[in-house]
Amino acid sequence: MRRINNPQELEKIREEILTRRDPNKPCITICSGTGCHAYGCEKVAEAFRAEIRKRGLEESMDIRTTGCHGFCERGPVVVINPEKIFYQRVTPEDAGEIISETLLKNSTIDRLLYTHPQTGEKIVREDDVPFYQGQMRVIFGNNGKIDPTKIEDYIAIGGYSALAKVLTEFSPEEVIDTIKRSALRGRGGGGFPAGVKWESCRNARGDKHYVICNADEGDPGAYMDRSLLEGNPHSVLEGMIIGAYAIGSDEGYIYVRNEYPLAVRNVGIAIDQLRDCGLLGENILGTGLDFEIKVNRGGGAFVCGESTALMASLEGQAGEPRAKHIHTVESGLWDKPTNLNNVETWANVPLIISRGVKWYTSIGTETSKGTKIFSLVGKVNNTGLVEVPMGITIREIVHDIGGGIPGNGELKAVQTGGPSGGCIPESLIDIPVDFDKLTEVGSMMGSGGMIVMDDRTCMVDIAKYFLNFLKDESCGKCTTCRDGTRRMYEIVDGITRGEGRAGDIELLEELSWVVSEASLCALGQTAPNPVLSTIRYFRDEYEAHIKDKRCPAGVCKALITYLIDQEKCTACGRCKRVCPSEAITGEKKVPHKIDPEKCIRCGACIAECKFDAIEVV
Amino acid sequence: MITFTIDGYEVQAEAGQNVLEVALDKGFDIPHLCYHEALKPYGACRLCVAEVTSGKRTRLTTSCNYPVIEGISVQTSTEKVIRARKMVIELLLARCPDAPIVKDLAREYSVGRPRFTADNDDCILCGLCERVCREVVGPDAITFLGRGSSRKVGPPLEINPKTCIACGACVYICPTDCIKLKENEKERTIVRWGRTLPMKTCVVCGRSFAPWFQLEYFRKITEGIPKDFWDKCLDCR
Amino acid sequence: MDSQAIDQILQKYDYGHSSIIAILQDLQEKENYLPEKDLDYVSERLSMPLTRIYRIATFYNAFSLTPRGKYLVNVCLGTACHVRGAARVLDRIKMYLGIDVGEMTKDKLFSLETVNCLGSCALGPIVVIGNEYHGQMTPAKVESTIKKYRKRSSRKKDEKD
Repeated sequence: MRRINNPQELEKIREEILTRRDPNKPCITICSGTGCHAYGCEKVAEAFRAEIRKRGLEESMDIRTTGCHGFCERGPVVVINPEKIFYQRVTPEDAGEIISETLLKNSTIDRLLYTHPQTGEKIVREDDVPFYQGQMRVIFGNNGKIDPTKIEDYIAIGGYSALAKVLTEFSPEEVIDTIKRSALRGRGGGGFPAGVKWESCRNARGDKHYVICNADEGDPGAYMDRSLLEGNPHSVLEGMIIGAYAIGSDEGYIYVRNEYPLAVRNVGIAIDQLRDCGLLGENILGTGLDFEIKVNRGGGAFVCGESTALMASLEGQAGEPRAKHIHTVESGLWDKPTNLNNVETWANVPLIISRGVKWYTSIGTETSKGTKIFSLVGKVNNTGLVEVPMGITIREIVHDIGGGIPGNGELKAVQTGGPSGGCIPESLIDIPVDFDKLTEVGSMMGSGGMIVMDDRTCMVDIAKYFLNFLKDESCGKCTTCRDGTRRMYEIVDGITRGEGRAGDIELLEELSWVVSEASLCALGQTAPNPVLSTIRYFRDEYEAHIKDKRCPAGVCKALITYLIDQEKCTACGRCKRVCPSEAITGEKKVPHKIDPEKCIRCGACIAECKFDAIEVV
Repeated sequence: MITFTIDGYEVQAEAGQNVLEVALDKGFDIPHLCYHEALKPYGACRLCVAEVTSGKRTRLTTSCNYPVIEGISVQTSTEKVIRARKMVIELLLARCPDAPIVKDLAREYSVGRPRFTADNDDCILCGLCERVCREVVGPDAITFLGRGSSRKVGPPLEINPKTCIACGACVYICPTDCIKLKENEKERTIVRWGRTLPMKTCVVCGRSFAPWFQLEYFRKITEGIPKDFWDKCLDCR
Repeated sequence: MDSQAIDQILQKYDYGHSSIIAILQDLQEKENYLPEKDLDYVSERLSMPLTRIYRIATFYNAFSLTPRGKYLVNVCLGTACHVRGAARVLDRIKMYLGIDVGEMTKDKLFSLETVNCLGSCALGPIVVIGNEYHGQMTPAKVESTIKKYRKRSSRKKDEKD
């Protein structure tokens, strides 16, 4: 694209793009987020392209590969615009039929439509799918409208108008004031007011100020930042440029996980485009603003999500946090004032500027405004990314949007906040989801992972899972965090192996207190949360493991036995074939048996049995 | 000058100092294992925790890396401080059951047998050795390796660090005495790092006095000293 | 890797000390791991102590100081994958390949590693082999999935012969 020298030219280009585009022209959008990629969406897109070429239809329909639509469970997802016809689990073989039936004849293909799980009704439009109905997709929704590698697409939906607005109408102080009044809180976990942070950074003395986008999304089970950077990188970049103007920074960094190759690629493309058209670099939009952004790839360390560790990593050091007695807004990267926000926080900024504080603050609760993107995963029917207004209940998210628990399972708990968060029991799912409520019940917002657990999830095992994670991901500097989490792991591991003793729970609580009180950084300070929250709400489950040597959920291997229900077994032999330890015996037509000595409880037989004949006791 | 209180007593310190160094200087007893006055504070062992009140907020924090601030009040032995310290000692004792310095602390704080499975380690990962090597002497021969519960200290390839001059600073500074030095007429060995260097004899008296490689290192980094200075032993210089 | 190729990488980052992580990432992309002599060379060319390089190489998960197999089998142990049984999948893979996490099979075909979340949680449990994602894995699917790569590899060998 040509260079854009001033805000007027930006508007002109936008008009040109829009006049070139016919909003009624059919457009096949193919979700190309990482989820759909894994399901082979590339081949689907290729099939569509080939089919269009073959039939010479290039002029009468467009094809667009977009960012993640969120409903990853149903990928590859294809949406036909302008009608927004929603096709799921599309294969390359479906391409021809979709073109001839839906695009040329205007009829829908039942087989590819989403079926309402309760009513059995076929749903045609994307917006009518229950998964999308309960959402408020003001940030994430644009993912489905644009090709992330085309800046024209972003400009067409109003992109960079917020930047033009602040550069022409706002002083830096007015931008900060706007963000403060919007009450935007950091989406990375802590929930610190973004405007206040910006202000402190702007006011901090120093010849140079940095802005950083934290895209080191390390919470296992959270991937909204990945999808935003992959699917709509310009929204994040626009937020960063606005922030740079407000704070007085001329250099920014994006620290992104190397495990996210598509995000690295797309954000790199977007930055190149911005440089080409003068929205990044010197004299942005002719307003005298200079700003550059560099992309750094993380090396795979959860602790680098912590701001001081992230900055150490940017400086080319091991990601070891330092004490924050002097805040990073005063002395951060290279000891200069540094403002760090996460991906989703930055993406909120253009929206606040464009739609105004009044609109923004009308969404959400008293203390938490706007929307939040959650990754709704685990034991839930509709897994994927959901954007909801703050204040919605967990029940609405899990049951209405998520479609409840698969099979005949029952909801047991929801884990939020990753390794720093906790497990919220079913009895509390009517609390409104916001920063403070989640903290109140012993969890936290974190970056937005929401892992649904059913009655076959063992809460002691979950605590062990997080401790194992934390003992490896701790940088290892503080005695309390390094040895404390390891000792907690050993105790919980013992409990799951049937070696729990009276007093273990109390010792865990004692250790928890010290690890959280005496560790240097947030990783250690919040590390006990998964243990404390599971003890708080599921103490009986701990006690069953310790006293009765029993795992009620049937997960902890040392405490369970696999049995074949002789009534249900049809002697089909499938379990016997998949058993890796030759523990299953039985002749044709004779119900099979499992030798508990040989059985390694790998679960292969359970997954294979079509008759639900294998019991865990 | 900055004025603040430690356990109720008013003390004065220079800006830029940290609470622990001031407290030790004024005679307050705060246990510490990873702090040394010659090195930058690191905050790893967590033994020097104190309760610091700044404004309305009181919190537990390590005193070694807490900067002195006008008007703060530091409490060095509240119930919380002792509780945290005892657990830190218990964790360290479980890690290094035979380290005399940890055993002494356990006795002092009435910490009994650790409730955790004893490790067979001798290093508490205080990092004094790697810091003295880098910050004071300079060869930068050893470092932290790995992270989390598998963190350790050692040479890059875990043996025979190429830049080690066998000066023995790490041996001297180690609080648990787990880095040993062996020496005879011909060579000096830093046992833990697997580093053995041949010794040089004094050009004057003929006694073997320091590793040859170490003297070359000093010759290289020092200026304005007569060239043969490093060829003579301490007595003959 | 020859020194010219390493120099190319170093040049790309302007011999900047703060880019050491990116330099090691690029090096590893080419070599599959970080060979000792390459690190010596990097240290020399950057005038950077080996201690710093090794500290970084052992701190970040992404780096390996030992050679890895032709196919890297990476099992996601994110929370979403965990609650859907990733640990059982991992156990099965260990058993089938006869190696532990961080090891390589004797035929140098497979290395086994784990990752804490790939951000593809909706597909869990996920196993990535080479660059290919395998979603909704179960212990029963392990053998057939890995066998495909073994076949693919022997086919390629046949073609070469």
